Amino acid sequence: MAKNDTKPLSFQGLILTLQNYWAAQGCVILQPFDTEVGAGTLHPATVLRSLGPKPWNVAYVQPSRRPADGRYGENPNRLQHYYQFQVIMKPNPKNFQDLYLGSLDAIGVDRDLHDIRFVEDDWENPTVGAWGLGWEVWCDGMEVSQYTYFQQVGGLELDMVSGELTYGLERLAMYVQNVDNVYDLVFTEANEANGTPEVLYGDVFHQNEVQQSTYNFEHSNTENTLKKFEMAEQECMALLALDNPLPLPAYEHALKASHLFNLLDARGVVSPTQRQEYIKRVRDLAKGCADAHVKVEETMTEKAWS
Amino acid sequence: MAEFLFEIFCEEIPARMQVRAGEDLSKALVDGLKKAGLTVEKEHCYTGPRRLVFTADIPLRSPDISEERKGPRVGSPEQALAGFMRGAGISDISEAQIRTDPKKGEFYVAVIEKSGEESSAIIADLIPAIMNNFPWPKSMKSGRSNFRWVRPLQSMVCLLDGKVVEFEVGGVATGNTTEGHRRHGKGPFTVKGFDDYRKQLEGKGHVMVCSCERKAKILEDARKACVAKGLELVEDEGLLNEVAGLAEWPVVILGDMDPSFLELPGEVIRLSMRTHQKYFAVRDPKTGKLAPNFIVVANQDAPDGGIEIAKGNSKVLSARLADAQFFQSEDAKKQLIEYYEKLDTVVFHKKLGSIKDKAERVAALAYELAPKLGADAEAAKQAAKLAKCDLVTNMVVEFTSLQGQIGAQMYRAEQSDEVESIAVAIEEHYKPQGPSDSVPTNPVAVTVALADKMDTLVGFWAIDEKPTGSKDPFALRRAALGLVRIILENNVRLKLGDLVMFHFVPFARMQIGAQASALKSDSVSLEKVIPPLADLTVDDYARNILSKIGSGRIFDEAVVPKSEDLLAFIIDRLKVYLREKGIRHDLIDAVFALGEDDLVAIVNRVEALQSFLGTSEGENLLAGYKRAANILKAEAKKGDLPSGEIGTLSQSEARDLQQSLSKAKPEIDAALASESYSTAMTALSELRGPIDAFFENVMVVAEDETERANNLRLLGMIRDTARQIADFELISG
Repeated sequence: MAKNDTKPLSFQGLILTLQNYWAAQGCVILQPFDTEVGAGTLHPATVLRSLGPKPWNVAYVQPSRRPADGRYGENPNRLQHYYQFQVIMKPNPKNFQDLYLGSLDAIGVDRDLHDIRFVEDDWENPTVGAWGLGWEVWCDGMEVSQYTYFQQVGGLELDMVSGELTYGLERLAMYVQNVDNVYDLVFTEANEANGTPEVLYGDVFHQNEVQQSTYNFEHSNTENTLKKFEMAEQECMALLALDNPLPLPAYEHALKASHLFNLLDARGVVSPTQRQEYIKRVRDLAKGCADAHVKVEETMTEKAWS
Repeated sequence: MAEFLFEIFCEEIPARMQVRAGEDLSKALVDGLKKAGLTVEKEHCYTGPRRLVFTADIPLRSPDISEERKGPRVGSPEQALAGFMRGAGISDISEAQIRTDPKKGEFYVAVIEKSGEESSAIIADLIPAIMNNFPWPKSMKSGRSNFRWVRPLQSMVCLLDGKVVEFEVGGVATGNTTEGHRRHGKGPFTVKGFDDYRKQLEGKGHVMVCSCERKAKILEDARKACVAKGLELVEDEGLLNEVAGLAEWPVVILGDMDPSFLELPGEVIRLSMRTHQKYFAVRDPKTGKLAPNFIVVANQDAPDGGIEIAKGNSKVLSARLADAQFFQSEDAKKQLIEYYEKLDTVVFHKKLGSIKDKAERVAALAYELAPKLGADAEAAKQAAKLAKCDLVTNMVVEFTSLQGQIGAQMYRAEQSDEVESIAVAIEEHYKPQGPSDSVPTNPVAVTVALADKMDTLVGFWAIDEKPTGSKDPFALRRAALGLVRIILENNVRLKLGDLVMFHFVPFARMQIGAQASALKSDSVSLEKVIPPLADLTVDDYARNILSKIGSGRIFDEAVVPKSEDLLAFIIDRLKVYLREKGIRHDLIDAVFALGEDDLVAIVNRVEALQSFLGTSEGENLLAGYKRAANILKAEAKKGDLPSGEIGTLSQSEARDLQQSLSKAKPEIDAALASESYSTAMTALSELRGPIDAFFENVMVVAEDETERANNLRLLGMIRDTARQIADFELISG
């Protein structure tokens, strides 16, 4: 909730504010990655760039898809497609915590009135062989961000640690705007001068939630999805098996495999045993990409284009 | 003495690790300083969310020491002298003194003078070593550094007698400034010593340095806040410790929630508050029921008195409880038993099948066990199947610690003619969960609890996943101790060895089945060859089944040794359990060695034995027994013991002993048959006088061959009679 005298940020206002804030801290502002991912972390700008010895500072919005979380647009808190705002600072600067708190100030969280806490939460993403230590950040008892110091990615120990922040944008916006239903969020404010109307989150996304949930749960073709999974897996492995491996396109296929697995899972056609097996297959792909990426990076000491 | 102050300031330390870290730091510092020759007084350690603080009084220098090192004799070979000089750090032998000893003659002594060291230098060496190897449960690297700490290290204050002790750890240098509360008094604060440090932090800095004081404040304020509204705090020591580790400046706020949530089980509300939100529950002192309120501990004084904080927290709690309500109503759409099939999707252990497989085995075992435990067999079987069903309900997936409780609740709600003992069995079959937890007493609950634990133990033994050393990932020691306690505290009479062996059958079948299906043979027909458990002994039964279903070898080669090993493991737990009750473990061995596997009988016998051995009769009888046994052993080494004739004993003491024995023997047999162990021992103790007299007057290994044979025969009978009570060989003393 914002200070009393100012109007809370709209959803897009929140994104713009965070982008400006992190741009001012020296981050590259990237755009979302153009394939389906389950979380902002999976963007190659995080997974691959957090490997190796080169500094890298970036912030971006990433639409995230979790087919099993779809609720046909009927649940005020759950979506199968939502946005994360992701920040990576590598190496993590000494004042990373302060920078993070500064971002809360920027989006209008009054830290005098609201109680911000760092509560232990060790993060792990088995599908990309990554883990780190950090916290859930609580604002009056609500988790508003995930804050992690990466220790391992793609199964590889990191020599240079990245600080990672993930803001769940819908939840944060609901807090800032003080609404209880995600579809009631103000996405865009009205512009009286131009006569453009106010746009709500529901105007933009409700129908998408309805249709995508129906697809995910009822109409996705299991047989084809399975084939596509296997094709993506083969493509990834083939690219990694080249004499000169191509980890960047290979990683895109690993991501596709990961999403296709999530789709199968949402259809309820994956038994617990198979589940472990699929996760392992995706992890092996991601790990292969990470290994290859590190090797390719090692050969590039100069800026190849100049 | 001078004041030593050390503060490690870092990003938020997980609450659960703070106290231990303080103890570890304090111990490492005190040990290290003492090892360097410093005395350490008034040591104190303080912990909080972002800092570990240590203070003590130590001298400014370590004392000078003079150490003498004895060397070789004067005139020893060159090599010996060289080695001595090297070790003592002298360059010429003339630097050593010459001493005289009446035995050794003249020899060298090197006096090594070590001058003391500045304490600041000692500290500057010691602390980096401690911090570079600090035993955090989990630690991390930060930025470009290889230094590991629990979270990024920010700064260090290190003062000795008010002056900074300079050193670096992980790229951070020591100084004399620290930071206060993020919002209320960040600082920086330059400090001169501990009193000043504390005064500034607790004043402008808004940091309560001592966790005990934070706890006391939270508790007192929470109680007051409740009382002011006519309510009562539900106290929770574990939660108090945790929240005291989450706030530097704890401020207690009473929040409220929609009373309609009180329809949820109290335990669900309390757990939601505690585990997810770290709130204390609040109750109405008149009814004892939960009130629609909670206590949250904030980390700051908000300008609005905490209204916004309370509102925000209340909203989060509502969302949590609304989820719980949703789960509950979703779960209630099906009957408990309808979740049974879904148990097949949850793996118990990859070699032991699903939870459903386990429930099937437990149900079959419970059905067999029930009559022995005074429980209804059908009820026990039904309860065993229902017991695990709640594991796949939304509620238990969300609130794991409510397993059993949720199932019992659902069962009670959906059955109009509910069998209370089944509900109790569902709820209590996990008990006892630890040494201080109670054990079930309802016969059906006892049956299911016993069968469940037995299945776990036998299963992991069957696949060779036994605990080793400190590793016990499947909590098998706890399961075995639980089994022992259920049996003893309910006075359950059963042959444990038979039971163990009997329950190996399904696992052996599973293995054979796996082999069979691997060979693509028809494993279904296996079912048909299994006979009903008729009048066969369990042993025969198991052997019979296993031989019929393909491999009699499995029984002898795998089942028997594994059963014995598991039984020994359970007996070990019995010893641990009885040791706490002051019972000697050698007595348990002595009784167990007889092949007794009825735990209740073992304990009764051991208790009688222990009080018997405490009397002088017992003590002497034990001595007499050992003497008899030793003679027999010595004689046995010479060849087979002669078979004497006790009817023709020559000496009167031998005849007396023989008569006493033939009088005592039937009494002992009868007493043992009726389990009157103390009576048996009293009867045995009647032999004490005659035994003593026998050994005093009779030359056992007599010259005369017949006489010797007869005496030995008599002793053999004495030994065998005593052995009916316990294997006295195994008793120490």
